[in-house]
This record gives sequence, C-alpha cells and structure tokens, in this order.
Amino acid sequence: MAEVLDLVLRLVLILAVFLVLPLIVGQTEHKVMAHMQSRLGPMYAGGFHGWAQLIADGVKFMQKEDVVPAAADRRIFSIAPAVALVPYLVVLAVIPIGPGLVGTDLNVGLFFVLAVMGVGVLGSIMAGWSSGNKFSVLGGMRSAAQLVSYELPLVLAASSVAMAAGTLSLPGIVEAWEWWWLPWQAIGLAVFFIAGLAELRRPPFDMPIAESEIIMGPMTEYTGIRFALFLLAEYAGIVVLSALTTVLFLGGWQGPLLPGPVWTLIKVFALAFVVIWVRVSYPRLREDQLQKLAWLGLVPLALLQLAITGVVKVALA
Amino acid sequence: MCDMMRNVARIPGEGLAKGLAVTLRHMVNKSVTQQYPEVQPELPPRSRGVIALVEENCTVCMLCARECPDWCIYIDSHKETLPAPEGGRPRARNVLDRFAIDFSLCMYCGICIEVCPFDALFWSPEFEYAEHDILDLLHEKERLGSWVETVPPPPAHEVGAEPPKEIAAAERPARPSTGKTAEARPRRTEPADRTPGPAAESAPPREAGAAGEERPRRMAARDVRAIRPPGALPKKPEPEGAPPEEAEPRKPEAPESGTGGEEPPKSAARPERPGPEERPRRMTSANIRAIRPPGALPKKPEPKEPEPEEPESAEPESRRPEAQRPENGRGDEPPERPGSPDSGDSTS
Ligand code: SF4
Ligand code: SF4
Repeated sequence: MAEVLDLVLRLVLILAVFLVLPLIVGQTEHKVMAHMQSRLGPMYAGGFHGWAQLIADGVKFMQKEDVVPAAADRRIFSIAPAVALVPYLVVLAVIPIGPGLVGTDLNVGLFFVLAVMGVGVLGSIMAGWSSGNKFSVLGGMRSAAQLVSYELPLVLAASSVAMAAGTLSLPGIVEAWEWWWLPWQAIGLAVFFIAGLAELRRPPFDMPIAESEIIMGPMTEYTGIRFALFLLAEYAGIVVLSALTTVLFLGGWQGPLLPGPVWTLIKVFALAFVVIWVRVSYPRLREDQLQKLAWLGLVPLALLQLAITGVVKVALA
Repeated sequence: MCDMMRNVARIPGEGLAKGLAVTLRHMVNKSVTQQYPEVQPELPPRSRGVIALVEENCTVCMLCARECPDWCIYIDSHKETLPAPEGGRPRARNVLDRFAIDFSLCMYCGICIEVCPFDALFWSPEFEYAEHDILDLLHEKERLGSWVETVPPPPAHEVGAEPPKEIAAAERPARPSTGKTAEARPRRTEPADRTPGPAAESAPPREAGAAGEERPRRMAARDVRAIRPPGALPKKPEPEGAPPEEAEPRKPEAPESGTGGEEPPKSAARPERPGPEERPRRMTSANIRAIRPPGALPKKPEPKEPEPEEPESAEPESRRPEAQRPENGRGDEPPERPGSPDSGDSTS
C-alpha cells in the first residue's frame, strides 16, 4: 500500500512539475524576450506584469475551433501533438531533482532519455506529413533532417559523461559528479546543449518552423488546443533539455548551502534563460549551415570530447 | 570576404558574444515602451493633435476656410451693427454663428492655423477624439473651443536663435524722425493699390535700402491694415477703395501717433519694420507685441497693433475683438476707400 501511495505521489508531483515548469519558462520567455528588445511584454493578464498571460492564452486556445484540413490524414494529424508532447513527460519521470527525488531510477536512464527524446521529434514529422500541406511537409522533412544530424552529437556527448561516471543511471551520474568535471566535460557540455537546442527546433535552429518562409512548418495547419499542445511541447522540451544538461554536466542537485532540489531548479532556470537568450540574439541558420554545423562542427567536437574523456579516465585509473 | 570576416571577428565566437552582450544590455536597460492608456504620452508642444478655436478672436475673415486644401472648415456668420461711441458712425462687426472642422477630411496640414491673422486657431496635442462613425468627426465650435485649454505654451526659442521680429525691432536704437513723419503720410495714401499683408511683411527687409522705396510699401501696409479691419483681406481691395475720409483722419492722427484713435496703431505696427520716423511709437507697440507673440509670430503683430491704441477709445472687453470692430466699421465704408488711393496720389 505504501509503495502504491509513493508511486502515485511521485506521478502527481511529476505531472505538476510538467505542467508548471513549462508555463514558467514560457512566461519567462515572454518577459525576457520583450525586455531584450526594449519592450515590456505582457502587462495586463492577471494584473501584475501579465503573469497570467500563458493561462489566458491557454483559455483562448481551448475556445478556438479545432480544424482538420480536408486533405489531412486525420488519425495521424490528431495524434501528432500528443506524440510531440508525451515523450517529454516520460523523460521527466527519470530525471532526478534531488537525492532520492526521482520518478524511477532506471539503470539505463541515460539511453532511455535520449531514445524517448528522439520520439518527440517524430511528432513534428508526423504533423508535417499528415497535414496535406506543402509547407508542412517541407517543415517535417527539415525536422527529420535535423533529427538525423543532431541526434549523433547529442548521443556522443552524453556517452562521454556516461563514460566518465561509469554508469548510465542519471542519479548515479549526478552522485559521481565532481566540480572538475566542468572543465573536463566543457566541450561535451557545449555540444550537448547546442545539439539539444537543434533537437528542440528552437531558434537559431528553427529551420523546420521558419515562419518567414514556410509559415509555421509542421504546425501550419494546427489550430486551437492541438496547436497549444505543440507550444507546450516546445516549452516542456526546454525544461527537459535544461534539466538533462543540469544532471549530466552541471552536477544536478550538487551545490553548497542550498538544499539539492533548489540547486537543480536554479540550474535548470539558468539554462532555460540561456535558451531564451540565444533565441533572441541570433538569426536563424540556413538549412545548409545547419547541416554543416552538425557534421563539421559538433560531431568532431563530440568525438574529441570522447577521446579526452577516455584518456583522462585511463590516466586516473 | 575572408578578410572582412577576420577583421570583424578575430577571436572565434567574438561576434556571437557581442550579440549576446547586446541583448543582455537591452534587457538590463529600461525599455522604451510607453504604456499609453495608463500613462499619457508626453507630446512636444507643436504636436498636431487637433485644432483648437479661440472663438473670441475669430473675425470671420474666412481666410482659414478659403485656404484649407480640403475645404473642411465650415463657417457661418451674420453682421451686427454696434452703436457708435461718441457720436461716430455705427460699426458693423461679424458675429460667428458656426465654425466647424471636419476632421474626417482634415489632413492636418496646419495651413488654417498659419493663415489665421487673428490668433484664433491653435494646434493642440490632444488626440483622443476618435469616433465610431466617421460622420461624428465633424466638430463644431463648442468642441473646438473646449480644446483651447489643452494648447501648450509655445516652446522657447533655441539658444542663439534670431529673436522675434518684434523684439529685434524694439531693441534697435531709435532715430529722430520728425521730418520723416510728414513723408510717411503720403505713403499711407498710396498703399491702397498694393496688396495687404504680404506686402507689409516683405517691406521690412527693404527698409535698409532706399527710404523712398520703403515709404510706398509702408503706405501700402498701412492701407492694408486699414483695409483689413472689415474682416476678410481680399474683399477690402475689391469692393472698397481706401476711403478719402480715412486718409484724412490718418494724417491728423499720425502726428499724434500714440494718442490717436485707430490709425495710430497702424503706424505703430509699421514701426516694427524699418520706419525710421515713428520709432519711438514703434518701440512701445513693439514691446506690447513682444509680450503677445505666443501664437503665430508674423501674422499676429498686425492685428494686434490696433489694440494698444484702441483701448483708449474702445471698450475694455476683449482687445482683439475691439480692434477688429473698428476695422470692420471702416470696411463697411468701402466706397470711401477707393478714393483714398487717389487722394494719396494727389498728396504724393
Ligand atoms: S489643418 Fe489643413 S486640412 Fe485641416 S482644417 Fe486646417 S487647412 Fe484644412
Ligand atoms: S479669424 Fe482665423 S479662424 Fe476666424 S475666419 Fe479668419 S482665419 Fe478663420
């Protein structure tokens, strides 16, 4: 009985985190992006500096008509948003927030996370293909190309950490983490974070969405609540990427003075801020630049990181 | 291209870091958003928001309505005859019945405000008068008048800018001009032929040159002013010549200058421009004008001129209207004016 209760409690907590954190990140994006552009951003909804803007957006989205194009593949079209969103919820279940504070401690947590995150991209490919819209198909194709290119450096950088820690379990990695891993895994950190950004199709890697040329890419035909789910998936993706980077490269809950979960949250939000910051600062990469960056930049760097990790590991042993 | 790239970013990633620095700096700095409905924008004094009408100043000269490129100013008026003070003639004045501007047509060119010789129209920065129906944008004089209080004081002159004409004229050293006053009289008669306001304005620059040239212009200016009183400028020359009677009264008055009735003011106005003879008078008049300047600089002085002198004869009510009234009286006399030029010629 106690075990069941424990499980239910964990699931409820994860769901709450899953619903709240993306909203906070989304709101932060609104405000930070606005101020970086010398604007104020939302100021009305909720009364105090528009804190309820995203809730208002959600209510609005729910009231809108849910349109399915005549040429669309109805079933695929309908489940695509869920395919995009659910993987991030699942990933959250295995990310440790504090010592012992984790949905489930999987032995192969790292590979589970990477595999499931890859599924998230499938949602956008499905959406693009099933919309019956040339812009959507283009966006879906670009998503697929991006997935293929950036999954490799992502996995290589993550495996470097796994090598260093000698385990695939996420809590295990955090426990093995030492501060000097920061310089040691610095290249891996950069590669992982950049590849993760691309995986999320966040600017400057938002070629699949590129609203100035292919409207909204795979999301072009979506309306109402389904579109909101895509947006939620994007913000949940930011949370997951930040949390994963925190756990793998920044020592998770490790830190002086403050309790572990607070440190985790601080690091997650700092990384989320960087995600937003990068989005505001840089223009979109062209498709060929995107591929070039992955194959000529990130993959060699990730391999270099793997070599460094291996050499240091052997030297230490 | 490669050279360019190297120059711009010598350290790899320098450009990227700069980009991040720019956005971070903007985030820390105060944003430029104006929260309009809560916080009223601070508009510069010359903002073209809406046109305010000072009804008392309007003489129904119709200049604004005529000059408006869109013809969106509607004016109705009727004439009223005032019993003459001290046994003089009864005077007619125009009374404004309707003054409306159709802001759905107005293109905010400001011509009406520039052209109004009596400081009756002003720009106000007030801009919140949107309507749901375009037909409701036709605003009558009551609404136009309600905007007067939103008219800001004119901005101060820039440092080192030329002082207003009136002040410049007032600060010039006065020359003794007793003999010249006599000459001036003939001038007055001549001007009738010449066109009104503009000629007078143009005259000042010429002053420095030949006195003879100036005189005719001055004359013209005086006449013009005499002509103006009736109300609309153009009308004066056409129907009415300068009345011989006027010329006569002027001569006596001119010597008196300050003390005289309506005519002296005219002379006072001229003095600002270069007339050597009348300068002392001018000085006084100039100062008065200098005080007024708030509205439109060039045109105002002329209408105002009559004021200082008139107050003696006229009622204390509103200076401007009074000044106009006497003028109107003259205007009514039109037949006499045509004679004036002749008389002027004869005198000259
Ligand atoms: S601003 Fe121009 S368009 Fe508008 S009423 Fe005056 S003259 Fe006419
Ligand atoms: S006095 Fe001014 S506002 Fe009145 S009719 Fe003449 S130009 Fe128009």
